[in-house]
Amino acid sequence: MSNLLARYAEAIFWLARYVERAENVARIIDVNETFSRDSRGGQNWSSVLQLFADDKRYREIYGTPTAEGVIQFYTLDQTNPSSIVSALKIARENARTLRPLISTEMWTQMNMFYNRLRAMSADEVQKPRLTRFCAFVKEGCNTHYGITEGTFYRDEGWYFYQLGRSLERADQTTRALDTKYHLLLPSVEDVGSPLDVSQWNALLRSVSGYHAFRRVHPSGMTPADVAGFMLFHQSFPRSVVCCVETVDEKLYELRSYYGLSGGADAMERLDELRNEMRYTRIGDVLKGGLHEYLDRLQTELIKVGQALGRDFFGYARADAAE
Amino acid sequence: MTAGKQQSQASAAQNQAQTGANRGPAAPVQLPGLLSNYDPGGSYCELLGLSGQVSESTKTILERINQMDEASLRARARDAELELYNFGITFTVYTEKDAIDRILPFDVIPRVIAQPDWRTLEYGVRQRVTAINKFLWDVYHDGNILKDGVVPRDLVLGNSNYRPEMEGMDVPQGTYVQINGTDLIRGHDGTFYVLEDNARTPSGVSYVVENRHLMLRTFPDLMESVPISPVSNYGQKLREALGETAPAGVDNPVVVLLSPGTYNSAYFEHIFLAREMGVPLVEGRDLVVEDDRVYMKTIRGLQRVDMIYRRINDDFLDPEVFNPNSMLGVAGLMRAYWKGNVGLANAVGTGIADDKAVYAYMPRIIQYYLGEDPAIQNVETHICREKEGLQYTLDNLDKLVVKPVGEAGGYGITVGPHASQEELDHCRGKLLADPANYISQPMIDLSVSPTLVDEGIEPRRVDLRPFAVTGKETWVLPGGLSRVALRRGSIIVNSSQGGGSKDTWVLE
Repeated sequence: MSNLLARYAEAIFWLARYVERAENVARIIDVNETFSRDSRGGQNWSSVLQLFADDKRYREIYGTPTAEGVIQFYTLDQTNPSSIVSALKIARENARTLRPLISTEMWTQMNMFYNRLRAMSADEVQKPRLTRFCAFVKEGCNTHYGITEGTFYRDEGWYFYQLGRSLERADQTTRALDTKYHLLLPSVEDVGSPLDVSQWNALLRSVSGYHAFRRVHPSGMTPADVAGFMLFHQSFPRSVVCCVETVDEKLYELRSYYGLSGGADAMERLDELRNEMRYTRIGDVLKGGLHEYLDRLQTELIKVGQALGRDFFGYARADAAE
Repeated sequence: MTAGKQQSQASAAQNQAQTGANRGPAAPVQLPGLLSNYDPGGSYCELLGLSGQVSESTKTILERINQMDEASLRARARDAELELYNFGITFTVYTEKDAIDRILPFDVIPRVIAQPDWRTLEYGVRQRVTAINKFLWDVYHDGNILKDGVVPRDLVLGNSNYRPEMEGMDVPQGTYVQINGTDLIRGHDGTFYVLEDNARTPSGVSYVVENRHLMLRTFPDLMESVPISPVSNYGQKLREALGETAPAGVDNPVVVLLSPGTYNSAYFEHIFLAREMGVPLVEGRDLVVEDDRVYMKTIRGLQRVDMIYRRINDDFLDPEVFNPNSMLGVAGLMRAYWKGNVGLANAVGTGIADDKAVYAYMPRIIQYYLGEDPAIQNVETHICREKEGLQYTLDNLDKLVVKPVGEAGGYGITVGPHASQEELDHCRGKLLADPANYISQPMIDLSVSPTLVDEGIEPRRVDLRPFAVTGKETWVLPGGLSRVALRRGSIIVNSSQGGGSKDTWVLE
């Protein structure tokens, strides 16, 4: 029986979440740069601001959204808590706290990755080097996952890592879908137009789902198909249902392998969510309003996180640190 | 009659290192090569000894260093330092804006200790730790040494590190100081001296082990077939000692390491030791005292803790008893400790044993409890709280090193021979204002070790901190931390003052 401190369990959970978050920001920016062009070839960078609900704060600091401003804001801006550098800074701080538990290689890679990132100059992230920068971030995050998978000791801590990572991923997918859907809520004449398709195409690529989607839907691309794929497709690793099932499974394993009494509340919520999603069709979701549905999913995921916090991390009230 | 003068009579110990046998300045190396211009300049050299007549193992090491070319040595040194940085073997310096990870500068040329010297040092360190533990037991129980007038009563009872809470408490095995660091220096004839004792929370042992690992990775060719005492088992030895000094009657005691947290500059060392011992690294907020027992907050609720290796000073340990504003400790810890429900390493109240004024009496303390002369001498010390000591210090200010008794880390020291008139006057003023806060010592011509610096390979002054671990018995880690003053001529080796470190090889 290990003595995993509550504080360490929490740090592991958030380490995984923040690395996942950094990777997602890199994906979104990269895809926006490459695919999000309107019919005149311009880009809509304010859509990224809406995605993360940063519009107000951005305008306070930078004014009117420009490609350069938004890129800086989400990559190297240390004052922006949603930036890649901020997410990885918190990830590294958690890793630093966890150094007694995680492998030396995990710490070393995270330390070097962050130090390299922090030393970057503004021109290293701007076009035409943006894609290379995003690749560097994604690669750093994926190296972290690989080293973790191959070296992190498999006790309770490992499960908290899995829980954090899958919860964050589910949340990120709902957010991507939500904002795009709002932004792209097509006016009647736009449906099926090249613009429309390119935008949904970009959305899929931002979750690495374009080719997977093509295998399932060899021809055509409708908003309903894309949304359904991102929400309910069992085999797509970033679909909400796939992430929720992973959280559910890992929590079940954690409790049964280690005889933990905590986590019952989160378990109940996950089981319910899983059952509910299994029998939901995208058509029904769209009828009832996609935004409302995504909102409810996000609220449920937050509640799962809070329940875990109360049972395992010593949270007194429902106030999971975001 | 100052303590220093008295103790100089009792210094001709039969088991003292006979290093001063071959008098005469060390000769520069006579070989063409990397060391051809190396000249210790009259100081004792740790690699060449006094006469350059070195042992067979040292000769091998010397020849290998001599055959290296400077560019590749520098390249390897750079790699080594980069590795330290990337591995996070660092101490953190906090500025208002940012946290900067700094490595302890590492010098690639090892400090070598010959076996006969090491045997003396090991004996001397063990002897000192034994005396310190007996002294602490005595002082917190019957106080015989005070009644007998060997150590002035007010020096101990009036000391800011004296803890009345410890009076009458029986610590397991009589071990107050499980972890001790003894700072040693070496004079120009090769004699070792104790500069000070560290009996509270000595740090630096992680660098000893990591420096060795670093050398094994970057200089395997230098170490090839040289018999060097290993240092990697420190964590196991420490874990054993903590088990042996845990409260009686506990099978498989649960041991934790209590750290002030990630913002402490020695955080790396705390990580290192927790991992080496395979015990949880906890902070005050992870612990709670209920019914005078200590528990840690785990994912399955509260779990009992039996033994705490604490890297927090007494003052911050328990807000109920000591500093009430401390956020680092655990409320009620002293109650649990007093009842014998939890063990602490080191015990509370050990600061009276490594006090710079008590230091002057250490030879007599050793004599009192063990009936032996110290195997390693003290540096002659003048206690400014005593009239004679103050007068002597004031009369010879330009020749002496003046130290505040309560400071660590090389702060507040005035080095007379290197000081300006203005600095000497300032020092004189401080002495007269608060004489009890100061001691003075003659300036020792510290030994040197060849060191790779910007100018090439030059002699730089070194000290040595061996680490002793005490459970039922005392074990001394072979070697210890060699700190090196990287500035030419400097005698201040502390990391806070820009010192570095070297790997320390005890030859078998």
